[in-house]
Amino acid sequence: MATFRPTLTGFADLKNLSRRYRPNVFDIVIFALVFGALALIAIGGRQTLKPLTAPNVFISLDPWVLPNYALRTMLRMFAAMGLSLLCTFVFGAWAAKSRRAEMVIVPFIDVMQSVPPLAFLPLTLVFFLGLAPGQIIGAELASIFLVFTSQAWNMVFSMYHSCRTIPRDLKDLSDSMRLGAWRRFWALEAPYGAPSLIWNAMMSMSGSWFFVVASEAFSVGNTNIALPGVGSYVALAVEKHNFGAIGWAVLTMLLVILATDQLVFRPLVAWSEKFKVDSQQSDEPATSWVLNLLQRAELSRRLFRPVGRVLASLASIRFGRPIEAPAAVRNALSSRTVDWAWYGLLTVAGAVSLWRAVTFIGGAVGWPEVGWAAWLGAITLFRVFILVLIASVIWVPIGVWIGLRPRLAAAVQPIAQILAAFPVNLFFGVVVAGIVAFHLVPDIWLSPLMILGTQWYILFNVVAGASIFPGDLLEAAASLRVKGWAWWRKVILPGIFPAYVTGAITAVGGSWNASVLAEVAVWGQTKVEAHGLGAYIADASAKDDLHRVLLGSVVMAVYVVLFNRLFWEPVFAWGAKRLRAE
Amino acid sequence: MADLAPTKARGSRGAETLLEVKGIRQTYPRGNADHLLVLEGVNLELKAGEIVGLLGRSGAGKSSLLRIIAGLNRPTGGEVTWRGRPLKGPTEDIAMVFQSFALFPWLSVLGNVELGLEALGLPESERRTRALQAIDLIGLDGFENAYPKELSGGMRQRVGFARAMVVQPELLLMDEPFSALDVLTAETLRTDLIDLWMEGRLPLRSILMVSHNIEEAVLMCDRIIIFAANPGRVAAEIRINLKHPRSRDDARFRALVDEVYIRLTKPFEQAGTKPGQGAATVAGGIGMILPDVSPNAMAGMLETLAGDQFKGKADLPELADELTMEIDELFPLTETLQLFGFAEVAEGDIRLTDAGRHFVVSDVDQRKLIFGERLLARAPIASLIRRVLDERPTHRAPYRRFSEELEDFMSEEAADETLSAVVTWGRYAEVFAYDEQSQNFSLENPE
Repeated sequence: MATFRPTLTGFADLKNLSRRYRPNVFDIVIFALVFGALALIAIGGRQTLKPLTAPNVFISLDPWVLPNYALRTMLRMFAAMGLSLLCTFVFGAWAAKSRRAEMVIVPFIDVMQSVPPLAFLPLTLVFFLGLAPGQIIGAELASIFLVFTSQAWNMVFSMYHSCRTIPRDLKDLSDSMRLGAWRRFWALEAPYGAPSLIWNAMMSMSGSWFFVVASEAFSVGNTNIALPGVGSYVALAVEKHNFGAIGWAVLTMLLVILATDQLVFRPLVAWSEKFKVDSQQSDEPATSWVLNLLQRAELSRRLFRPVGRVLASLASIRFGRPIEAPAAVRNALSSRTVDWAWYGLLTVAGAVSLWRAVTFIGGAVGWPEVGWAAWLGAITLFRVFILVLIASVIWVPIGVWIGLRPRLAAAVQPIAQILAAFPVNLFFGVVVAGIVAFHLVPDIWLSPLMILGTQWYILFNVVAGASIFPGDLLEAAASLRVKGWAWWRKVILPGIFPAYVTGAITAVGGSWNASVLAEVAVWGQTKVEAHGLGAYIADASAKDDLHRVLLGSVVMAVYVVLFNRLFWEPVFAWGAKRLRAE
Repeated sequence: MADLAPTKARGSRGAETLLEVKGIRQTYPRGNADHLLVLEGVNLELKAGEIVGLLGRSGAGKSSLLRIIAGLNRPTGGEVTWRGRPLKGPTEDIAMVFQSFALFPWLSVLGNVELGLEALGLPESERRTRALQAIDLIGLDGFENAYPKELSGGMRQRVGFARAMVVQPELLLMDEPFSALDVLTAETLRTDLIDLWMEGRLPLRSILMVSHNIEEAVLMCDRIIIFAANPGRVAAEIRINLKHPRSRDDARFRALVDEVYIRLTKPFEQAGTKPGQGAATVAGGIGMILPDVSPNAMAGMLETLAGDQFKGKADLPELADELTMEIDELFPLTETLQLFGFAEVAEGDIRLTDAGRHFVVSDVDQRKLIFGERLLARAPIASLIRRVLDERPTHRAPYRRFSEELEDFMSEEAADETLSAVVTWGRYAEVFAYDEQSQNFSLENPE
């Protein structure tokens, strides 16, 4: 991969975007709505079903069950991905088309992106178990939902952004050919958004292995749930102190990730090259041996053709022309009055939600506890900050060194991406064993776990950024004999800055999420705990204390949103404005 | 080669009225309560058998009008009728060709052309036949399976034409269809189109095109409608009674080109257009929209004018030819020279003034001095900025201070463009400085 592709499309075009959608007071309303709804689901779940009954599933440590477990884990991933795609097509396109929908959907995505996915599990578990009491399907749904919440948002955002940036001529043309909304979606919006969407889906997938593994084995109160999968296999291995089994599971996971990458996403990314418009063309289009094989083989052609035809005919179904509303109705619907009614409705709903969330949390905890949670949040923030700093100091020079050597970069890039996808929580048990054995301080030595899996985002974004750094500039710098620190400060660092920030944002987001697992870790019967907001949420979740889970999530979301707004966005905007080569 | 127009006979010239545009008014909402007026009182008639050109400066609302006629936008006021019936939205009778070609990169040539037939609900076999016919007609046979990115610009625009023709429209709308092409390719495509039109092999009964190129309009059109800006309105109409094929060297052709230039430069000569409309006039107030023209281009133009070839006076068409500029590049430049008093435009000619001559013979520092004096004397927004900076003790003022004042007269984009021009000029003349990072004007010069 010689091209720099931002991991989060949304941030990459922040400047572009801010021209239309600006954060405003309704973001707070949406914030309240999200947590009010979560409180409602949590309360509602509790009322319908108590006590919790967990389905009994036997997990074996025999290595031969691993292929089966890996398959189950993968199925959960793809089910969640299907759900994410559906959500993307509906909400991404809708937000781009309707100003009023945009006002809700964009901040909603923003908030959802900052809620730690692992907090959804305890909050929604009862609800899902209630759907099918005593059966495993409820727990499966809860797991899939958790994975979905870790995947969907950047995909929705990517679709929204693509739809917003479709060239006006193509839109005009579709209108003038009277394609109709359904046909137009499949003829224009979906293909136009495909390259960025597929890239974001791959990124989402890579980030969510962590969560699928975590969601397979967990305890809420006295309920222990284990779904057949690699995650629960490892959980059992940790409980039994079985290093061998952990080794087998790690190997399996690597193979699974490698297979998904090579057999699913690489071909998709290569295929999506054809949907790029001129301005997005990269010099070196992505290629995939699998795609080449598929496209060349007569057999696969025969296999795919009927499927393709069915899909094509579905996409070209012509629904009747929408009935044209009379001008008076059209004008009334787009009037300011309806706008105000809509704002009013949102505000009321937000206020009610806020009240629900506050009473729900406040019923169990007082203000001092809120302050305590905020303090723990500050500790975790500090930890994340230091870790990203350390990771940057290590990986930026290495990334630049690699990125400036094209052949090396081509070899390293896929490895870094696979490392980023690998669910490091499979290793947590081993690290804890080390901490216990050497009597280390958990507050310090548990911390690296948070960045273990997400540091790779910094590496591969820097590599990508350095590899597209203009050769002319490097040669100019060399001929002017700019060397040493001046070379770093004036030449390369500004050049890779946008890429680095993209990587750092992803790493920080991932670290916050990982804190829920990393600040509390177990090895058999030994539990090691650090101080922090992640540990607070994890503890509350283990005690089935939904009030505190919700409080912890709200605090974390506030931290993440504020950190994005007050730190990353200005930094990124500054970089985009100042350091972009025109 | 196939023939797409066997059934629809073209009416004799000046016969049936196809399209009528009556009192069109178009406004776009702005941030606050008021609206930006883009088109006002536009009347237009298209008859069967004629090619009509819309000519005017960029921003005169020609494309807005074209989109209204295509049924893509609804006008705020007025009415468009197509063959006597009010136009309610896009119809298969009216097709459009775009400057950017607007091809779907993921569809082959055939796929792009067939897409035009989607809305007609034809069976697949007929779609294929008709698409192949259109591809054949427009000279694309052999390229059916190629993707747009494999084609040259000219070939891409042919696909655009084939896609428009395949629905057998009666009216073809073209939005600067040749301006993204190189000179030779554009000429070939124009000639091919006119040939097909003259031979009656297109399904069309009329063509309406927006252009920035005066010669192109005189070459192709039966009638040229000249648009004035702010708000967009019809300023004049010129009939071209030359037989096809037309030659650029023909004396009558040259005379018509001259006439169009004269008509096009007229509006700017009338000083003192109503204030508040943001008209670009020499004697206008603070509400003048200033084009972002670089001092280097101005100097270059003045030097060319003063050179041996023109000796201080040039025919605008000749000058445009010499500099290979279309009117959307040429006019902003000539107007800015007029604004600074370096040149005068009259009757399609441009003449160097004494100030202009003085500028040409000066050295770099003197040029900056002359430029600065004229800037402060003749561009009210520049003198306002300087005055504010002088008055304030800090000698600093934010961008918004001036952009908001300009927005009382013009759109946000126009205000940005005007300020961008003034920043460039002010920096060149060193009469004030601007820091993009803090968005502040100041008097200090960077060390």
